Amino acid sequence: MNHPTELPTRRDLGTDLPAVTEDQRHIGVAIPREGVRRLTQGRGQFVDDIELPRLAHVVYWRAPVAHMRITRIERGAAQALPGVIAVVLGGEIAALCKPWVATLAHLAGIKSAPQYPMAIDRATWQGEPVVAVVAETRARAEDALALLEVEWEELPAVLDTETALEPGTPVIHPELGDNLCFQRQLDTGGVDEAFARADAVFEQTYVFGRHTGVTLEPRSQIADWNPGDQKLTVYHAFQAPHMMQDLYCRQFELQESQVRVVCRDVGGSFGIKVHAYPDDFATVALSMMLGRPVKFVADRIESFVSDIHAREHRIRGRIAAAKNGEILAFEIDDLTGIGPYSVFPRTSGIEGNQVVNLTGGPYKHKHYRAALKVVFQNKTPTCQYRGVGHPIACAVTEALVDGVAAQLGIDPIALRLANVIPDDAYPATGASGIKLEVLSHEACLREARRLVDYDALRAEQQALRQRGVYRGIGVATLIELTNPSAAFYGVGGARIASQDGATIRLEPTGIITVSSSVGEQGQGAEAIFAQIAADAVGVAVERVRVVTGDTDTTPYGGGTWASRGAGIGGEAVLQAGQVLRDNILATAAAILKREARGMRVYRGAIVDATNGELLLPLAELGRIAYFRSDTLPKDFTPELMVTRHYAQRDYPFIFTNGVQVSHVEVDVETGFVKLLKHWAVEDCGRVINPMLVDEQMRGAIVQGIGGALFEECLYDTDGTLRNGNMADYLVPMAAEMPDIVVSHVQSPTRSSRLGAKGAGEAGTAGAPGAVMNAINDALAPFGVRVASQPITPEKILRALGKIA
Amino acid sequence: MNTPDDTPKRRVSVQVNGTTFVREVECRRHLVDFLREDCGLKGSHLGCEHGVCGACSVRLDGEVVRGCLVLAVQADGRRVETVETATPSRRLKALQDAFVEYNALQCGYCTPGMLVAALDLVERRPQADRAQVRDWMSGNYCRCTGYHAIVDAVCAVLEQQRAGRFADEAATEAQR
Repeated sequence: MNHPTELPTRRDLGTDLPAVTEDQRHIGVAIPREGVRRLTQGRGQFVDDIELPRLAHVVYWRAPVAHMRITRIERGAAQALPGVIAVVLGGEIAALCKPWVATLAHLAGIKSAPQYPMAIDRATWQGEPVVAVVAETRARAEDALALLEVEWEELPAVLDTETALEPGTPVIHPELGDNLCFQRQLDTGGVDEAFARADAVFEQTYVFGRHTGVTLEPRSQIADWNPGDQKLTVYHAFQAPHMMQDLYCRQFELQESQVRVVCRDVGGSFGIKVHAYPDDFATVALSMMLGRPVKFVADRIESFVSDIHAREHRIRGRIAAAKNGEILAFEIDDLTGIGPYSVFPRTSGIEGNQVVNLTGGPYKHKHYRAALKVVFQNKTPTCQYRGVGHPIACAVTEALVDGVAAQLGIDPIALRLANVIPDDAYPATGASGIKLEVLSHEACLREARRLVDYDALRAEQQALRQRGVYRGIGVATLIELTNPSAAFYGVGGARIASQDGATIRLEPTGIITVSSSVGEQGQGAEAIFAQIAADAVGVAVERVRVVTGDTDTTPYGGGTWASRGAGIGGEAVLQAGQVLRDNILATAAAILKREARGMRVYRGAIVDATNGELLLPLAELGRIAYFRSDTLPKDFTPELMVTRHYAQRDYPFIFTNGVQVSHVEVDVETGFVKLLKHWAVEDCGRVINPMLVDEQMRGAIVQGIGGALFEECLYDTDGTLRNGNMADYLVPMAAEMPDIVVSHVQSPTRSSRLGAKGAGEAGTAGAPGAVMNAINDALAPFGVRVASQPITPEKILRALGKIA
Repeated sequence: MNTPDDTPKRRVSVQVNGTTFVREVECRRHLVDFLREDCGLKGSHLGCEHGVCGACSVRLDGEVVRGCLVLAVQADGRRVETVETATPSRRLKALQDAFVEYNALQCGYCTPGMLVAALDLVERRPQADRAQVRDWMSGNYCRCTGYHAIVDAVCAVLEQQRAGRFADEAATEAQR
């Protein structure tokens, strides 16, 4: 149901909250991103657009089977092809780059095996790089691939997570003793008692297929080792440039002064571009070996087997409730498969760990038990992808809540309202031990009810059922962790910064230049930093320029992950901007020989604070400060460039919350699901730009819907990917997607002045649960449920008993 | 497989956004690689290189094609249009403006192809409603937005067109 026009986005949410700056006119306002106009004219600069002198191109020969011992590689013919520069094997790369083992100290017991940039004797998944071919052009390198002769002995592949730990199953890394990467148990106590006294118990096993990120720009990199000054520059489509700088230093034994990572335009990231891939290191090693820049751009076919995958969970869940609807306890058992290695440097234990932490998260029950097993298998490695555990935890929680609500005959929204941690109860601690600073479940549920016109929708549903039309309304309440402290990675020993910095400079003409360690992959980080800086200093946003994505020129920081750009990076910009404003006033005081106290920076000029009289335009202040220091008092030096850093240290994470509602129609003859509409009420604290948050939410929701209905990396029984191309792996398209209405509730975090929390992942967190609940609501008259995602027509027909 | 010795080449002359490029190209070279590597026009992007994602969409003699499924030699003597033009038509300019105004792009990687598809729609289906816009735009993947804003932006330009905003511009590509 594509409505001709939707309610327009509210253009200004800034006035809903007390201002954080003196003359706040940009923060909270839907200001279009002027910085993207060049992208509409094809004038971006993505990595593949960069050409350098002496540039060579690498392609990788990747393992074609799930598990193999390499018995012979004959590279003579490939090397002899004109235009081929080098054909390089794993052992040769390993001489330059140290192997890594991705574990974290705070994930007790997590283990993995040493991993090298390229396979040496053995390849452990289809897609692992084995041979590198460098040539003058990519086409020539691909020509040479076909001349390689690689022989291998196929080894038994571990694919099924259910049997990965059984005694008869081969152990992928014998030195580890078994195929267990990580396990965790959590038990609050009282769970068995709660289930024993419950009036209703609902249980179900949920399955979540593997999917992958499919950034439209593939992973891309140019490694440029300059033998003259012994320095490495890496142009990278990446989310965390300082992290990669650090890893290149460590793996190649270089110093930070030798390594520069540059991230210009990045064509989508979603977590895919925050991991250190084996071929990242291999490409750098090749550049060092050859003393010239080497470009790697994954083609789409190799993206499907070499980009990280995510999910692949099997969760047995159950919920206990009392007659009056009070939720008494949750219990889950999660089994997840992560491929043959834990991914560097964030590890592959995090997603399962977050499922344990987040399940049941919105609710006030006290009893919870969870078991997690993370196992190795011979498939593409999995790691953190947008949402990281949230979509699974939310879908399981919310399906269980709906299941027990149906048993008790209580309306799903009413049951949620009765059980969520109330809005006046914060700060609070969830049953899993998570610390929740300030959330608004009740306000969001009420807003969702209003937005959706819930009672009318239910009435329509009833009426249509009489006519054989099966529509469903699915609700999902969610929490999302954002603004992480060092508790996420730093305490575990990973050198991943939880702090970020911003430098703000007044240029001589009154232009403001912001440099931030948080970069841009499309979310709008640069745009909101400009809005924050404009208000913090007191200039128009058109006068602000933002620079990101270069370890040589930006402050040190973590970059983009865990929905932290606005909350962490934005706070640093605000603080730096407010200090710069103070310094500008001090400079004005020196120039004008009057007290700073009676003046303010207002819309690009120094004005009298009481009567608004224009005293000094910023351009004049800049001119004097930079070019006529002779006219300033001897004991005064203008400091018109300010750097501030910010790390969130009050809580392990700052949680956000929201509610999503999905409206679907299920064709019970074909099993097809039509998405009629989707609503999201979100609370990311202070909204900096509602238009950007809206489309962040929508994009994330569509990715969540993708996983719920379409996307799955389908493996054959021999461990090879069956649908690793854009035609067979189903990415959501415009026609299948519904209009998505977004509404905002703002509960600012008190851990920062700005009060912003993250908004990038909540959409993905909530959509799978909302859609699954909507489908099951539509199927309710038939007394059947689906619990395996993606929910394909086949699975629906199977549930309905229409096919065997 | 072609090796350098047996890779045939042809001289082609292609008019791209009004400028004629004469180049010697391998016959196996795709149009999008020709634009990016031989003409230096990096605005058409490679998303899948197998004709699905739409990021490399350009117009060839007025018809939308996938730059990764057409060979450069097939474009010999023909006219290619991309969003990289220095002289956008009023409709293209309006679409570019609307994409900014409605935040219809995030990373911008799909945007050049998306705009080419949208321009074709605006010219050929002036009466399209929201559902038809969604259908038409389904040949182009966007992984960042939820498509909603893209649909909003295209619908806004269709409305401008129906209000007569482009009435004074010369015949559109589709009508030529």
